[in-house]
Amino acid sequence: MTLIVENVVVRVGGRDLVHDVSFEVAEGEVLGLVGPNGAGKSTLLRTFYRARKPTSGRVLLDGEDVWKMPGRMLARRLAAVLQETGGDFELSVHDIVAMGRTPHKRAFDGDDADDRAIIADALDRLDVAGLAHAPFDRLSGGEKQRVLIARALAQRPATMVLDEPTNHLDLRHQLDALNLVRGLGVTAVVALHDLTMAAAFCDRIAVMDAGRLVALGTPAKVLTPVMLAEVYRVDADVTLHPETGVPQVTLAPTVARLRP
Amino acid sequence: MTRRYPIVLGLLLALLAGAVTAAVAAGSVPLPPGQVWAILLHNVHPALAEPTWTAARETIVMDVRLPRVLLAAVVGAGLAVCGMALQALVRNPLADPMLLGVSSGASVGAVGVLVFGLGFFGVFSLPIAAFAGALTALVAVYFLARQGGRMTTVRLVLAGVAMAEVLSAVASFLVVTSNDPHKTQSAVRWMLGGLAGTTWTMVWIPAAAVVAGTVVLLGVSRPLNLLLAGEEAAASLGLDVHRFRAALFVLVAVMIGTIVAVSGSIGFVGLIMPHVVRLLIGADHRRALPATALLGASFLILADLLARTLIAPEEIPVGILTALVGGPFFLWLMRRRSK
Repeated sequence: MTLIVENVVVRVGGRDLVHDVSFEVAEGEVLGLVGPNGAGKSTLLRTFYRARKPTSGRVLLDGEDVWKMPGRMLARRLAAVLQETGGDFELSVHDIVAMGRTPHKRAFDGDDADDRAIIADALDRLDVAGLAHAPFDRLSGGEKQRVLIARALAQRPATMVLDEPTNHLDLRHQLDALNLVRGLGVTAVVALHDLTMAAAFCDRIAVMDAGRLVALGTPAKVLTPVMLAEVYRVDADVTLHPETGVPQVTLAPTVARLRP
Repeated sequence: MTRRYPIVLGLLLALLAGAVTAAVAAGSVPLPPGQVWAILLHNVHPALAEPTWTAARETIVMDVRLPRVLLAAVVGAGLAVCGMALQALVRNPLADPMLLGVSSGASVGAVGVLVFGLGFFGVFSLPIAAFAGALTALVAVYFLARQGGRMTTVRLVLAGVAMAEVLSAVASFLVVTSNDPHKTQSAVRWMLGGLAGTTWTMVWIPAAAVVAGTVVLLGVSRPLNLLLAGEEAAASLGLDVHRFRAALFVLVAVMIGTIVAVSGSIGFVGLIMPHVVRLLIGADHRRALPATALLGASFLILADLLARTLIAPEEIPVGILTALVGGPFFLWLMRRRSK
């Protein structure tokens, strides 16, 4: 599915958290969304999965405005992996992942064999099948993150929105999670902090700063010392990996001297 | 958890059957349990049991004890189910119809109708007024507790307790300044809850509301589960959170209104039952709602049995007994959560 962001503005209390952002994500493309804290990445993503309505502008999924279709229809096509929020309700890991089937169900529908297979498969792929009956609240941050990705998988979406999915994950599970998303062949927008990781896994990278889209293109084109200095205010070197040719960011331990 | 569910449900059904039997059998004229069931079966269909009992005994069972036991079951199940729904709606396990001021709001509505003699809607006047009071209190507490899209436990409990206190005071004031010759007695009944003097005519409206309401809640048990994951996650999974919450607030207010109109405010049932059920079979509402309804029914039948037999022929308002159990439970829950 293609995802088109069209002049999206999110204004809260007279301030633009997202200012006139437009881009397109092609079918099967993985787009990395990077930028410093407070750049508006999460706010922009919220407008995709109907958690915050844009003040103006549209978000189109295969040409259809996500804000004009029923929420359930959108949730069948687009899944979101969000930052974990704790609860007090003794939900098991299985309960959490089973929620992913909700958009496909009517009132009083039970879980059929298909649902059970999809849930088991999602648990398996994220390496959390052994925790199925463990209480979610008592897992480590990394385990929780994997369970939430498993829930998104159980939705069987064609598009995924992931907000910092590698937060709390160790190196191994960061690679596994991003490889998994790539391997699904879904259209994906992934907010990431780790630029080297973004360069390795994303087809293109969009850079946001202060609510605006400031750069968009292939990792090699976007990840430059000039961009890093302007947006992140850091002095960094970008080298190409000797085998893969993927850009790698090496940080110098000083803040950048230049500031526009 | 899944394999345990049928066993737990079976045990809860057995508990309910036992509670009904004991509560119909016990009283100033004790009846053997076998005879209780024979009389009940005979009244379902005369061919099911030969009458070997006196007409007086049949009257005791059918007209005195059974309506009261059934009403206790309906009220207990309704309070427990509403407690569980409210806990999901405000995403806080300390929610309870009485703690959030909903029951007190219903009391004000009901007492208002009685004191001012308003009867526009015939037998429905009392439940409709109680519903209006319950809904007003619930919406007020919800918006008082919410600040900048967030709701902390402390704010919710404080707003609920304050609302409950104010509305209880209003209801008491209305009763005490009225021309009711049994002022103190009826004030006590509204504030502490009681099922004394139940007749069949009192049973039907709350029974219909509780059964229908529980069926609706079962139908939306998946969306209720989503709310436990948080508002944003629920939205991303396709739920229109605000509209859903508004609709369920109305549903809960209808159930609590019809319950309080006949029983006054009985506290803590809606707090304890859902929690015990979640410990037994987990939080998934598809399983937890039926279980909590059964447990709530049994609990209130047994509490009411104690209320009318402990110091017979005097009666204790059943709300005193539920509070004696519920208060310490609430404190334990709060301490456990703050760890």
